[in-house]
Amino acid sequence: MIEPNRDGDVWVFAEQEDKTVNDVSLELCGRARQLADQLGVGMAAVLPGWNGRELSHRLIAHGADKVYHVDDKQLEHYRTLPYARVMCQLISKHKPQIVIYGATAVGRDLAPRVASEMRAGLTADCTALEIGDYLDPRSKIEHKNLMLQIRPAFGGNIIATIVNFDRWPQMATVREGVMPLGEDDPRRSGEIVDEKVEYNDFDSAVRLIERHREKRAVNLKAARIIVTGGGGVGSKENFQLIRNLAGVLGGAVGASRAAVDSGFIDKAHQVGQTGTTVRPALYIACGVSGAVQHRAGMEESAKIVAINRDSEAPIFSVAHYGIVGDLNKVIPMMIQAIRERA
Amino acid sequence: MELAYDSIVCVKQVPDTSNITGEAMTPEGTVNRAALPAVFNPEDLNALEAALELRDQHGGTVTAITMGPPVASEVLRECLYRGADRAVLITDRRAAASDTLATSYILSRAVETIGRYDFIFCGRQAIDGDTAQVGPQLAEKLGIAQVTYFERMVELNNRTARVRRNVGNGWEILEAELPLLFTVTDLANEPRPPGARRVMRYKRARTMDGVRRDVVAAMPNADEQQQEAEWAKRLESLKMGQLLLEQWDLDKVKADLRWCGVTGSPTKVHRVQSIVLTKEGHTEVSPTEAGIREMVHELIEDRTFG
Ligand SMILES: Cc1cc2nc3c(=O)[nH]c(=O)nc-3n(C[C@H](O)[C@H](O)[C@H](O)COP(=O)(O)OP(=O)(O)OC[C@H]3O[C@@H](n4cnc5c(N)ncnc54)[C@H](O)[C@@H]3O)c2cc1C
Repeated sequence: MIEPNRDGDVWVFAEQEDKTVNDVSLELCGRARQLADQLGVGMAAVLPGWNGRELSHRLIAHGADKVYHVDDKQLEHYRTLPYARVMCQLISKHKPQIVIYGATAVGRDLAPRVASEMRAGLTADCTALEIGDYLDPRSKIEHKNLMLQIRPAFGGNIIATIVNFDRWPQMATVREGVMPLGEDDPRRSGEIVDEKVEYNDFDSAVRLIERHREKRAVNLKAARIIVTGGGGVGSKENFQLIRNLAGVLGGAVGASRAAVDSGFIDKAHQVGQTGTTVRPALYIACGVSGAVQHRAGMEESAKIVAINRDSEAPIFSVAHYGIVGDLNKVIPMMIQAIRERA
Repeated sequence: MELAYDSIVCVKQVPDTSNITGEAMTPEGTVNRAALPAVFNPEDLNALEAALELRDQHGGTVTAITMGPPVASEVLRECLYRGADRAVLITDRRAAASDTLATSYILSRAVETIGRYDFIFCGRQAIDGDTAQVGPQLAEKLGIAQVTYFERMVELNNRTARVRRNVGNGWEILEAELPLLFTVTDLANEPRPPGARRVMRYKRARTMDGVRRDVVAAMPNADEQQQEAEWAKRLESLKMGQLLLEQWDLDKVKADLRWCGVTGSPTKVHRVQSIVLTKEGHTEVSPTEAGIREMVHELIEDRTFG
C-alpha cells in the first residue's frame, strides 16, 4: 500500500506476447494519456519482457511519456510471480497514483496478485474510467480527483462506479476493445527507463513447461463492418444468409451466444460480455434480441442496424436504424439493394 | 506408497444473475436481490469436482469452506451431497461489506486455521461480481503460487504437480511444487450430481445458527427456555450423527479486524445505476424494398459502407 500521492503518474501495464504489444495496452495508453492530462501528471507504461525494448516506441506513440522497461530472461513469457515482483517493486519505488491493466487472461491473473501484495484496491473489468470527486458518507470528507472505476455488475444489469480513496495506487482492469484504439503517432516522444528488479527464489517457483497459442482465425476487432446473426436465424444452414450479407459488404460475421450455443457457428464469432467487444463503423444485428450481455459488446458501434420481427426487442434501444420484420425476407432485399448501388 | 492429498475448496452462494426476470426488478429499475434465487456459484462446482476427482484418484480429504450469511450453509450441504468430507461456514457480521481483498484475507485466516493442505481449489469467478480476484489474492495472502484457469492435472508426482491451464487463445502446462492454489473454469470438468445416499445422510446437516432457526420455526410459541432446551438437544443429536457443520467467526480464525469488512476494503461503491433502456432516437425502416433501398442509400451517402 502506498499513501495517496497526488503527484503520482498514471500507469499502464504493457502486455506483450511473442514480441507484439497487445492492442488493449495501446487502448489503455490512449485513455491513460487523457486521465494524466486531466490530473496534470505524467503517464508511463511498464513493459516487462525479454529482448523487447523496441516495443517501447509503440507505447510512446500511443501517449506514454515514459516507459519503464524491465528486461530479463524469466520475463520472456508471462508468469505470475516474476511479473508481480516487477509491478510491486516499481510501484513501491515510483508511487504512481493509478495503475491500469487490460482485463485479459494475463491482466486478470496479475492485477489481483499485485493488489493483494500492495494491499491496494482493484476493480475488475471496467468499461469506463473517469476522473471525479467522491464524498465519503462516513467521514464527510470530499476526495477530489479520484479515478472513477465504472463497470457492469450483477450479470450486466447494473452499472457500478467504484472508488478507492485511501489505499493507493488506484487500480483497475479494463475490458479489451472498450476504449478506442488510436493511431500510432510517431511525432510523440518519450523516455525509456531501464529498470532492474530484485527477484527471489520463490519468484521462479512455477516453471513453464509447454506453451501453445492459436492464431485468432476471426478478427472481429479489426472489422469495419460486422453482420451478426442471433437465435432468430434458426439453423446452421440459414446462417449462410448472414455470411452472404457480410460478403457483399466486405464485413466480418458475428454471432450472439444463442447462435453459438445452438451450434450455428463457432464461439470465436461471439460478440458480447463473454465474447469479443467490438466497435465497428457498422453493426448489423439480425435476429438478435439484444440481451444486456450482448449489447455490452457492441453498443459502442458507430452505426447499428437491427432487424427483428419483435418490435419490442431491446436491440432497438441501441439501434440507429430499426427494421421490424422477418430477417429471411429483409436480408435478401438488403443484399439486392447493396448490389444495385455498388 | 501413493501419497494422499488434502484439498480445500472455496465455494460461494450467489444470487442467480443469469435469469433475471421482470419480477426481480424494482419499479425504479434496480435489481431486487432478495427476489433472485440463491444458487451454488457455477464455477465453484467445477472447483469442487476437480478436488473430488483428485481425492478419488489419490486418496486424501476434501474440505469445503464458504464465507457468507448463515443461509450460505446451503452450499456446504450441497458439497457434502457431492462427496466433501468436511464443511466449514465462516460467518460474522463484522465481515459484511468485505471487498475481494478483505474476503481473501478472511479466507486466508480460515485456511490457516484448518492448517494442513496441499491444494486449494476456487472457482474462476463468481457470477454476482465476475471479478476473478479472490483466488489470486488468497494465494498471495497464503504466500503460495497460483495457477488460474485450471483445466486439468497432467501429472502429479509426489510433491510436484503439472497442470494445464487454458488462456483463451491457447493453453500452457505449468509445473510447481505443492502447495498450490488453482482457479477452475467451467471447461475443466462436468460436475457430478449429488449422490442419493449422501443426500439422505446429510440433508439434516446444520450449523449452530441453522439449528437455532429451525427450533424457532418449529416451536414459535414456546418460551425462550424451552427453545434453548430443544436447541441443546438437537445440537447433541447432530453432533452424535456427525451432522453439525462447523461455524467459525472472525475470532475463531484469529482475523485482524482492521483487514476485514468495510475498514479492510479499499474499494468503495460510489454509485449504482440500473441499466435503463432508452427508447429513443432510431429511424424506423419499413421492411419493404423501398424502405431498405432508402436506408442503404443513406449509409452509402454518409460513407458507412465502403
Ligand atoms: C454470464 C452471461 C454471459 C453472456 N454473454 C453473452 C455474450 O457474450 N454474447 C451474447 O450474445 N449473449 C451472452 N449471454 C446470453 C444472453 O443473455 C442472451 O441469452 C443471448 O444474447 C440471446 O441471443 P439472441 O438474442 O440471439 O437469441 P434469442 O434470445 O433466442 O432471440 C432471438 C431473437 O430473434 C428474433 N427473431 C426470431 N426469428 C426471427 C426472424 N425470422 N426474423 C427476425 N427476427 C427474428 C426474436 O424476436 C428474438 O428477439 C450471456 C448470458 C450470461 C448469463
